Amino acid sequence: MTAVRCIDLCKTYRQGDQDIKALDHLSIDIEKGEFVCLMSPSGGGKTTLLNAIGGLDIPDSGEVWIADERIDQMSKGQLADLRLANIGFVFQAYNLIPVLSAQENVEFVMQVQGVPAAKRRDKSYAILEEVGLKGLETRRPAEMSGGQQQRVAVARAIVSRPELVLADEPTANLDSKTSAELMKLFTELNEHHNTTFIIATHDQRVQAYAKRLVRMLDGRIVGDAEQHAA
Amino acid sequence: MNIVLRLAWRNLWRHSRRTWLTIGAMVFSNVLLVFMISLQFGMYGLMIDNTLKVFSGHMQVQAPGYKDDQKMRQVVPDVQPLAAHLRSELASDTIAARGWAFGLASSAERSYGIGIYGVEPDFEPQVSNIPGLIEEGRYLDDTNATEIVIGTMLARNLRIGIGDELTLLGSGVDGSFAAAVVNVVGIFGSGVKEIDRNIAQMPLGAFQDIFYMNGAGHQVVLLAPDLGQADILQARVETALSDDSDLVVHGWDELQPGLKQAIQADMSSAFFMYGILVILVAFSVLNTQLMSVLERTHEFGIVMSLGLKPGRLGRLVMLETAMMGFIGMILGALAGALFTTWFTVNGFTYPGMEEMVANFNLPGRVYPRATLVSSFAGPLVVFLFTLAAAVYPALRLHRLHPVEAMRTT
Repeated sequence: MTAVRCIDLCKTYRQGDQDIKALDHLSIDIEKGEFVCLMSPSGGGKTTLLNAIGGLDIPDSGEVWIADERIDQMSKGQLADLRLANIGFVFQAYNLIPVLSAQENVEFVMQVQGVPAAKRRDKSYAILEEVGLKGLETRRPAEMSGGQQQRVAVARAIVSRPELVLADEPTANLDSKTSAELMKLFTELNEHHNTTFIIATHDQRVQAYAKRLVRMLDGRIVGDAEQHAA
Repeated sequence: MNIVLRLAWRNLWRHSRRTWLTIGAMVFSNVLLVFMISLQFGMYGLMIDNTLKVFSGHMQVQAPGYKDDQKMRQVVPDVQPLAAHLRSELASDTIAARGWAFGLASSAERSYGIGIYGVEPDFEPQVSNIPGLIEEGRYLDDTNATEIVIGTMLARNLRIGIGDELTLLGSGVDGSFAAAVVNVVGIFGSGVKEIDRNIAQMPLGAFQDIFYMNGAGHQVVLLAPDLGQADILQARVETALSDDSDLVVHGWDELQPGLKQAIQADMSSAFFMYGILVILVAFSVLNTQLMSVLERTHEFGIVMSLGLKPGRLGRLVMLETAMMGFIGMILGALAGALFTTWFTVNGFTYPGMEEMVANFNLPGRVYPRATLVSSFAGPLVVFLFTLAAAVYPALRLHRLHPVEAMRTT
């Protein structure tokens, strides 16, 4: 079953006097349960592609399908609902809400989803334990290390068991040990819950965990190969 | 606590100094509004009471049409028994019968057209300040005596004093010629030129004889314990008169339309100033919330990427503003009520005020009237304007694009 389908995507940004083609007639199919790594040098278009798949950015032309739904023509509200129900995001900069504790950050998405309070609390504590943050539930982002913040961000992204997780440079600010732990966590979720992962990175260590490696350059796919994950 | 409430509450205190400054502006304006509105209500109460106690009372029973036409023949029959009946029925002494006629008052040297009131000497002091404003001589004391009290200016104009005779000429209720000679027993000074120059009072019994009233009069004047009870009293009077469909009861606002208009005009100008104050506070809130929204653009991008719709983000901003406004409203209303209560007990005056109003036989201090309305109306309006001020920052969020927002630092 296809989890993500992009057809002939184009996206151009204007930078000064120049038009930058972030996506250049790009097409890709990603099956449910795949663990895909998007590799490119900076400016290769991987973040733009992730944003288009996540409905955060609308391509200039082309089609984006999530499962059976075409999302590039959806309204802002429909896209928000789609992200809330089906997609988990992990950002390079963690992007936690600074005034909420770790547990509250995780709980926040569930509250928006309308999950009952008791269930929210149980699930948020359980997922924080799962990502190795037991005992740090009441800490605010400023009181945690980068690795711990990224784990909270991951916990927030996966607590509702989304079908698709999009991660943009998730290990960029982490040391190698924490990066390995994070990738291991992603791998487990992928294997145990059949969650589809699309990770944009230029971190060579992350590539080793991917089952499929997609190489991009100047907004185009220049290599797409399956591999044995670590 | 709901996590969105928690988020809103904590967002509020990210810049606590800024939040407190904004709340401070609300509290200051609320205290000012509570005090000024209460003072205004107190002033109006005093104005109304003072004006009505001079002459017209809180209400009058009259014949239909008399208020506008004031014709001699538009009478209240058996006016004294009616007043006595109302005093008994309503268990109140502040009810008095009166007759009124226009006449020519002549002294040995001069003549002036004046309004002559026939009053009940025993009860007139309960409904009017005039008996207490006698400067020379005495007030009336016999309902059938041919005596009269006149204003200071009229006495000066007629060049007469206590003990002098005054000739009255006028028309009786049946149109016949009415004439009498009365003794001046008192001279009053109300401080109001129109009253001191144009009004005279004589006993109702003698008035009825002179003007062939046959026991009739023109009005029964009633004074309520205070303005707030006037409507209740009026309803009771109307019930007591329900068998007598030939009579009508006029409230103070009908009897003194000019007073009501003056109050309305004063209220309009005062509320214009209050409006400016409230708008200034609203702009302060707008500034705070706009800054708050702009500096959190990145964060709003994050929560939008998590699936929060712009509408919910807007509601979050409105919730934060509502919390801030609520604090300002409660603190402002409480501080304003406390501040005002002190003046409610001790009164408010300014240099020269006591001397001035003493001339009118009236209290010299204004007592702000702190009511639920005066304590909360102003703060509630500030609160609503505060919410309105947050609409623009909240609406801006609808234009926010998650990717662009997250690029903002």
